[in-house]
Amino acid sequence: MTTTVLVVIAIVLFALVIFQLAKTTEFVAILRGEEKTHLESDRINSRLMMVFLILGMIALFWSLDYFMEDMVLHAASVHGEWIDSMFNWTLFFTGIAFLFTQIGLFYFAWKYKHTKGRKALYYPENNKLEMWWTVIPAIVLTALVVIGLYRWFQITGPEPKDSMVVEITGKQFNWMLRYAGKDGVIGANQYEYITEGNGVGIDFNDPASKDDFMPTEMHLVVNKPVLLKIKARDVIHDVGIHWFRVKMDAVPGITTRFWFTPTVTTAEMRKKTGNPDFVYEIACDQLCGTGHFGMKGTIVVETQEEFDKWAATQQPFYDQAIKGTVEEKKFAELSEKLKQAEEAKAASQHH
Amino acid sequence: MIDPAISPATHKVFTGDSTHHQDSMGEIHEPHNGHHEHHKENFITKYVFSQDHKMIAKQFLITGMFWALVGGLLSVVFRVQLGFPNQAFPILETIFGKWAPGGIISPDFYYMLVTMHGTLLVFFVLTAGLSGTFANLLLPLQIGARDMASPFLNMLSYWFFFMASVVMMASFFLPDGASDVGWTAYPPLSGVKESSPGASAGMDYWLVGMALFIFSSLLGGLNYITTVLNLRTKGMSMAKMPLTVWALLITAVLGLLSFPVLLGAAILLIFDRNIGTSFYLDNIYINGHALPNDGGNAILYQHLFWFLGHPEVYIIILPAFGLVSEVLATNARKPIFGYRAMILSMLAIAVLAFVVWAHHMFVTGLNPFVASVFVFLTLLVAVPSAIKVFNWIATIWQGNIRFTPAMLYAIGFVSMFISGGLTGIFLGNSSIDIVLHDTYFVIAHFHIVMGVSAFFGMFAGVYHWFPKMYGRLMNNTLGYIHFWITMVGAYMIFWPMHYMGLAGVPRRYYSFDAFQSFNMFGGLNQFITLAAMLVFFAQLLFLVNFFFSIFYGRKLKTQNPWESNTIEWTTPINAGHGNWPGELPTVHRWPYDYSKNGEEYIPQTTPLREGETGGH
Ligand code: HEM
Ligand SMILES: [Cu+2]
Ligand SMILES: [Cu+2]
Repeated sequence: MTTTVLVVIAIVLFALVIFQLAKTTEFVAILRGEEKTHLESDRINSRLMMVFLILGMIALFWSLDYFMEDMVLHAASVHGEWIDSMFNWTLFFTGIAFLFTQIGLFYFAWKYKHTKGRKALYYPENNKLEMWWTVIPAIVLTALVVIGLYRWFQITGPEPKDSMVVEITGKQFNWMLRYAGKDGVIGANQYEYITEGNGVGIDFNDPASKDDFMPTEMHLVVNKPVLLKIKARDVIHDVGIHWFRVKMDAVPGITTRFWFTPTVTTAEMRKKTGNPDFVYEIACDQLCGTGHFGMKGTIVVETQEEFDKWAATQQPFYDQAIKGTVEEKKFAELSEKLKQAEEAKAASQHH
Repeated sequence: MIDPAISPATHKVFTGDSTHHQDSMGEIHEPHNGHHEHHKENFITKYVFSQDHKMIAKQFLITGMFWALVGGLLSVVFRVQLGFPNQAFPILETIFGKWAPGGIISPDFYYMLVTMHGTLLVFFVLTAGLSGTFANLLLPLQIGARDMASPFLNMLSYWFFFMASVVMMASFFLPDGASDVGWTAYPPLSGVKESSPGASAGMDYWLVGMALFIFSSLLGGLNYITTVLNLRTKGMSMAKMPLTVWALLITAVLGLLSFPVLLGAAILLIFDRNIGTSFYLDNIYINGHALPNDGGNAILYQHLFWFLGHPEVYIIILPAFGLVSEVLATNARKPIFGYRAMILSMLAIAVLAFVVWAHHMFVTGLNPFVASVFVFLTLLVAVPSAIKVFNWIATIWQGNIRFTPAMLYAIGFVSMFISGGLTGIFLGNSSIDIVLHDTYFVIAHFHIVMGVSAFFGMFAGVYHWFPKMYGRLMNNTLGYIHFWITMVGAYMIFWPMHYMGLAGVPRRYYSFDAFQSFNMFGGLNQFITLAAMLVFFAQLLFLVNFFFSIFYGRKLKTQNPWESNTIEWTTPINAGHGNWPGELPTVHRWPYDYSKNGEEYIPQTTPLREGETGGH
């Protein structure tokens, strides 16, 4: 409490000082004459413009260097490297534009300050100049668009045939995963079947769903493409995996997709980063309620052998959580209800 | 909203050269019977239900300042959590009670603060506060009209805004608090009451407040457009209008075409929430039960929202373009460079603003081909934006710059607009946006290019036209201190957010504890929070300066303190309702004859010299 009081007192005192300063300068201005005062404030402010430019540039490059290690995280996926390279090209061109325009702006502000007896140049336009600074940005932007879209269609195009598939479903506030079992097919699911026990509403009437398993951690195989089938059951979430440069919304009622190829295993990453506890994390990147900031998933990237070993230990979800429990009865009821509803609908359409 | 500076004595000062053109009085342009009306005014009609555009401008400005203060304060509070996570500040509990148990603000409260901060600043400050103030103040004065086309609708526009403000304010005091679903209010989060505490009553208040706000905006916009098209004084052709008028006109057109779409989106959302329709809702299972809604599409809302939302960002920045252009030319004592290109680029931006909305939706599962069209159109916007920047810089080149506080803000605006505009080029390229979407990089982008820039434009406007509003001058020293702290501080707050965004740090996170990927910026977050507090306190300097100067500022001695060409400076200091006591001025030339043929400035009302043409 005392610190608060002290802070408040300090702020009030500071404000009073500034206020007095302002009043005094105004009186001085009246005494000295407007013109002289204006010339002086023009001089001071134009110098500050130059100081701002120089210190600003120093701060810019210093901070870039200081944060470089924390912010530039080399992508651990194939398309991630394309994106990083595009980012760097864009940075190159915008960096030139940035330096050119900011330096021009502050340099002119410093150089052309009001001085006695000088006149400004009456220079309302120059069509040629304006044409150049229309055409050059247009060309650069076209180049960026062309590269960007070329990559975009590769990234969003169909996944390779040998991709593995993982279903990921968002709910407030965690992720649920589903892998195909031995049959290699993820069974059907439907929101009508969702219960607390059957979180993604698996349709157990579909034989393909009987061997699906639902691990708590996502396991991926290094250098093997993976397709994420992305769903949500309550509000919009977003699967964000920064290391892989992956981001895709999870929207209730819609299945979205994103495929990518991880290139660095978790073990390699632990060595590379020097962090023995390193894990790939899935973050929710779309505001989904008050627990949004804790909606985390984790990923292990490993070799094919390691993956196979892990997959072999996974029990089918049906055996583990449904079979012989109340959930099985609940599912049967829901299934019956749904069938009746469908029959009623079909009947009403027939006459 | 009290204006004691108006003294009847000053009404005599009138020097517009109106003697040559008696005819301008009898024009159809008279919205009402001229300037005599203000004699009958009482307190209520003059200060509260005023129909004088100048008073309405002040009402918008002061209401906007109130919201800026509230909105800014909200951000300081949530920055405390980000800068000093989980650290107890008992004073927070004293002030906010159950929202900050143990002196740590709760996640519910955090999301409510973030949501209302965004809503208030985007709509109530930078839309109503900015357009409302300067369209009202400047349109009639700069085109030579006695008032708006419909002073009554104009008054209604303010009072709808006021009602919207009351509703938004009231929502803070609901048991579950104000809306907490983000300023973009995406359903199903905003469409299902049980999805979040603020998605219950708070969201209904939010929607009603926004609907009232949209009415206000539409009434204002219609009026601004009609006024500019019909009430220009003699000689004021479109090609002689100051860029402020062009900018405000284009802003109004954008608003008129896009706000109704948001109104539609909001109404459908109200239906989904309250009468069981399914425009946006489908297959939802929440809190242990399934909802009956079927067949809606959550993404539809995003299309509707951003169809307004993107033009909205230009609705915010275009007035600032206009104000800054005017202030730069006046204080550089040079014509604005490339007047025609400035208008054309604003028109191009306005047209393109309607066809880029889906760049906010690249990762919603949008069809990749559709996305590619939006990439192309989005990056096209950078071209007219670049033209504007180059032209502003060329305007001060070889100038004779007077560093008034307004000029400082205008230069600061250009710097900010460059910094923030360039990052748009990263975001507009869908492949790169995969990485940057919904990270702090986007926060940095739009705060710099829109938030800070538009505020700088607004400050430039207020410092520049304060003498026109109140007949007094603001204190320059305070203005300089205010500028330099704000300029340096704003960069300190927002620039480093790019770095966090590059590391993938998501926006709208209450805390980064859960993730090892995002928890390395603790020191930086603290730095940003301290900078935010500094900048917030610097704004108090502005407020003190503003209100103190209304009552005690130095009285204006000349009608035209900045030696400006535009015709608002030919009205008397403290002009009454009707603006010009005599006839309306006649315009003979464009507004940018500064330093032409050895003359410091040549007002628009000065007849052409031998051999001169009306343009340049
Ligand atoms: C060079 C021109 C610009 C381009 C190419 C551009 C591009 C973009 C893109 C692609 C996004 C979406 C990023 C994302 O969410 O992942 C974005 C966000 C945004 N931009 Fe820009 N922008 C430009 C200029 C502006 C201007 C002039 C303003 C306002 C004055 C503005 C305001 C915003 C806002 C408010 C958002 C974020 C909205 C939100 O998600 O809450 N942008 N911009
Ligand atoms: Cu989520
Ligand atoms: Cu946009």
